[in-house]
Amino acid sequence: MAVTQSSVSHSYNGENNTSSIAVKGRFDFSLHQQFRESYEREGKSTRYVVDLNETTYMDSSALGMLLLLRDHAGGDHADITLSNISSDVRKILAISNFDKLFNIP
Amino acid sequence: MKPPVNEEPLTVLIADDNMTDRMLLSSIVRRQGHAVITASNGQEAIELFRQQRPQLVLLDAMMPVMDGFEAARTIKQLAGEALVPIIFLTSLTEEQALVRCLDAGGDDFLAKPYNQVILAAKIKAMDRLRRLQATVLEQRDLITRHHDYLLNEQRVAKAVFDQIAHSGCLDAPNVRYLQSPYALFNGDLLLAAYTPSGDMHVLLGDFTGHGLPAAVGAMPLAEVFYGMTAKGYGLAEILREMNAKLKRILPVDMFCCATLLRLSFQRCTVEVWNGGMPDGYLHRHDGSKRVALVSRHLPLGVLPATRFEDQTEVWPLAPGDRVLLLSDGVIETSNAQDESFGVERLERVFDTHKNPESLFEGILQALEDFRGESRDDVSMVQLALIDAQRQPPASLIYSDSGQSSPLDWSAMFEFRADTLRRFNPLPYILQLLQEIHGLRSQSGELYSVLAELYSNALEHGVLELDSALKRDAAGFSRYYALRNERLAALEDGYIRLHLQVRPQGVGGVLRIVVEDSGKGFDPAKVLGRTPSVHGLSGRGVNLVRQLSSSAGWSEDGRSVHVEFTWESQA
Repeated sequence: MAVTQSSVSHSYNGENNTSSIAVKGRFDFSLHQQFRESYEREGKSTRYVVDLNETTYMDSSALGMLLLLRDHAGGDHADITLSNISSDVRKILAISNFDKLFNIP
Repeated sequence: MKPPVNEEPLTVLIADDNMTDRMLLSSIVRRQGHAVITASNGQEAIELFRQQRPQLVLLDAMMPVMDGFEAARTIKQLAGEALVPIIFLTSLTEEQALVRCLDAGGDDFLAKPYNQVILAAKIKAMDRLRRLQATVLEQRDLITRHHDYLLNEQRVAKAVFDQIAHSGCLDAPNVRYLQSPYALFNGDLLLAAYTPSGDMHVLLGDFTGHGLPAAVGAMPLAEVFYGMTAKGYGLAEILREMNAKLKRILPVDMFCCATLLRLSFQRCTVEVWNGGMPDGYLHRHDGSKRVALVSRHLPLGVLPATRFEDQTEVWPLAPGDRVLLLSDGVIETSNAQDESFGVERLERVFDTHKNPESLFEGILQALEDFRGESRDDVSMVQLALIDAQRQPPASLIYSDSGQSSPLDWSAMFEFRADTLRRFNPLPYILQLLQEIHGLRSQSGELYSVLAELYSNALEHGVLELDSALKRDAAGFSRYYALRNERLAALEDGYIRLHLQVRPQGVGGVLRIVVEDSGKGFDPAKVLGRTPSVHGLSGRGVNLVRQLSSSAGWSEDGRSVHVEFTWESQA
């Protein structure tokens, strides 16, 4: 089985003070450090977008990482959108009812 | 390039039968700052090596008594895992001879006559290798130690976890469960316990994280589950407490997905709360459509207490119906192509394995066929009703002497709307009544009756719900939806609970009156109907009559009284 390296990339848009974090490949514990650094490196943004377009899989530790981001972004006042979600990842988010904590269009 | 960090002087063993060569080489090596010991044949070299453990050996190939090849083999053996570089000193030039040097364990060779610069370079290079090997060994040993340490920690955590997950009443006849060995340590938790009225609470949980962190979270969770279940709390209160506790102690990124359910053998219902677990299933014995017990909530430990949602769903359960819960190990199993087993495949297994006795095996087999190997982190539990008559409510064990039993008193409680909305007074009332020692052998019955009267007063009295709604499955869920809705919006109303305890002969009598603010009903009309034994309503009245010494309703139907009597004092 070919193993593609998972990775996290990050960009910041100063105009609307939005941080975008894109996760590629399997979103699991191996990305813990990278994911954390991606939002801790910058100061606080008003909005966060986590782009899951190229995310193939997500486990419960990934859900935990999203909760950490939410905590960093202000907890109940956080404005975080999970975008470009595949149907598999959508199922995982639906079982956990994470739509009660994140904007899931 | 940086100079080597630690170029400590080495002890170098030089073995050469030619004294001139030996002295020449010794002086070169000494001048480079190393200590030298010398031998004139292989045998001596081995002896010296044994005694002084030099770090590097320069070995002449051809020597009397024992040649360099044999000495090299022995020295390598003596050195064990540590790298003691051996450089052969040789005037041999044929390839075969040089190959022999390396075969015997030599790491390099140096041709005579000696070139100082090359010798110094070779000693340095060999020393680097030696250090590298030493570092590797050191790290390997460190990793081994850490690994052993971790394994031991995991063993202890697993032992604790096993204790927690295997207490309770998982061995009851209506429970079938399977937890593969690794599932426990994957953070899967399965708990079951009887309530004071003989109902059963079951929890299947799945902590984020494995091993120790999961075991740490499992302990308070199990404590709340067993403690509150034994005291007669309902699902909502237990869930709120579990959530608050986990939220308080767990780091932000840790939580516990869980399905908690209450099997009510008297009422023939199952009450369910699912936060973050895969769908559970309610399989009907008559082949009608199976019900999915869907996750409607966030997992435990995520939301603060103020925002936690404790709404449950209630489903009617008939003898022969089965409830199945499973961990995500089942649907998330993936094959070599990275496909998940998924819900559709699972449902196909349900269709081909109608026999509940073989369903687990069927699921495991399907997972194995799909994945090509068996899965070791799967948890499943299957539950059914047991005949309520045959199920004696669990009796509690007391350790006090019975000398201080209160036998002549009365009390009245009035619970008003705001309290009714969010508080269950029964565990407190039950605890109070347990102080009467003569009543203790009937505590299960007492609790069942109290629970029945309280929920009747609340649902039919205060909330004005019509039990006729519960005639069929659709009405049943409508009934409980309405119950949640009306309770949440409740602003007026009360339930009064009168307790009166009097001595009577050598024992005593407890009289309970439950009064509500509802519209009441005509007892002669309503209670005159023969309640159908297998219908979805009407069981409550029967239950109250069976379990108490006497029971009766006031003419307006707004209050009901029951009596419990006992014959001896302790």
